[in-house]
Amino acid sequence: MSESLHTVAAMPTERRPGCPFDPPAELVEARGHGPIVRLTHPGGMPGWLITGYDLVRSVLADPRFSSRKDLLNVVDFEIPPAPPGEFLLMDDPEHSRYRKPLVGKFTVRRMRLLTERIEQVTAECLDAMAAAGSSADLVTAFAKPIPTIVICEILGVPYEDRASFQQQIDAFMGGEVGDEELIAAYTATQEYLARLVAAKRAHPTDDVLSELTDSDLTDEELKGISLILLAAGFDTTANMLALGTYALLRHPEQLAALREDPSLIDGAVEELLRYLSVAKTFMRTALEDVEVGGQLVEAGTTVVLSYNTANRDPERFTDPDVLDVRRPFDGHLAFSHGIHQCLGQQLARIEMRVAFRALLDRFPSLRLDVPAEEVPLRPETADIYGVKSLPVAWDEK
Amino acid sequence: MGLSVDRERCIGAGMCAMTAPAVFDQDPDDGLVVLLDAEPAAADRAAARMAAGVCPSGAIVLRDAPGSGGA
Ligand code: SF4
Repeated sequence: MSESLHTVAAMPTERRPGCPFDPPAELVEARGHGPIVRLTHPGGMPGWLITGYDLVRSVLADPRFSSRKDLLNVVDFEIPPAPPGEFLLMDDPEHSRYRKPLVGKFTVRRMRLLTERIEQVTAECLDAMAAAGSSADLVTAFAKPIPTIVICEILGVPYEDRASFQQQIDAFMGGEVGDEELIAAYTATQEYLARLVAAKRAHPTDDVLSELTDSDLTDEELKGISLILLAAGFDTTANMLALGTYALLRHPEQLAALREDPSLIDGAVEELLRYLSVAKTFMRTALEDVEVGGQLVEAGTTVVLSYNTANRDPERFTDPDVLDVRRPFDGHLAFSHGIHQCLGQQLARIEMRVAFRALLDRFPSLRLDVPAEEVPLRPETADIYGVKSLPVAWDEK
Repeated sequence: MGLSVDRERCIGAGMCAMTAPAVFDQDPDDGLVVLLDAEPAAADRAAARMAAGVCPSGAIVLRDAPGSGGA
């Protein structure tokens, strides 16, 4: 039985040419063979690939599957445990020890209070864009600065440090630099955060990091937490803003609908999250033998969960490959599921709602400034999918 | 329809307060779910049901009260 199971030799490294928003063809094909198929990990270890919505969701909610980095069974060398504070790669109770003190700082209510500030930041970016002429790279002018400024303000990263800091995080998250450069960027970020944490402890200011120095968390732990919040806080949102704009520009009827009825924005953001699924995959390792979708996942085996195929699962969504800003929201996995579901999702939502709306309002004639096929995409090997740059133009008024 | 919440399970993702703000809120201190209305009015039931469906931690328990006719 299991002999005849479809096997994916390795995770695909490319998308179909000309179809930058669709999941890689190999993953879609795999889903055609059932929601769970075999996968060979880079180190040659046998694993599983889960592509179907229901199964991805159930594994994410299943405590028999671990998020621990050091348990990953995918390469032929030992992976060290996650550094203190990097709770994304830990299980409970460690995970919730770190997450708990943060939760109250990212509630729906608190994030709504930030709306005005996000509107200001957005307006400033758009002003600068307009002042600079009739064309721009939307990534550097809009998509990156908005979430970067906002998360830096929330955490309390001084304004003058932002640019260099963003560059470093780009280097180790963009999937494009060699190992040496990556390690250098990561180390520099660590050192920077260590200084920042020490500074907040000595002179607390009005921000989340300063508030956290009041808890029982050590400096080392605070450093890890800040890294996670900063990295997650801007890379994902930045890519959603840029890739989302690109997607809208390539679906003019959707863009028109959104311009005509701005009240569609909340739903449109959810739909873009589903359709684009920029955080594409996560991994979990079985702590014991678990039956998943009729297959036995043995203890110690790592499964890869494909969010972009799950969010396009025809058994869950009608016409899943169609971008439809009017689609009623009823759940997607873009922010994951289970105990690790994105802590900053309400912030991300508000940033996207504000930023997309302001962009469309401000530049009614916004268009791509290069042929659509020439927009440079992030490689599939990057953790977060997106565009490297998005040249756009508009008519000056 | 009757609702209850399990604050032990809640991870404070706020999906409930976002989807059914008339029924759920989050505690301003710990960010965990606060049930505003255990017996939501008809108008809020669909949203409450959705909130239970999208809650990532299974912290919202939904019971169809006998005779309420809710399916
Ligand atoms: S959606 Fe669930 S986990 Fe999130 S705050 Fe509400 S009850 Fe808690």
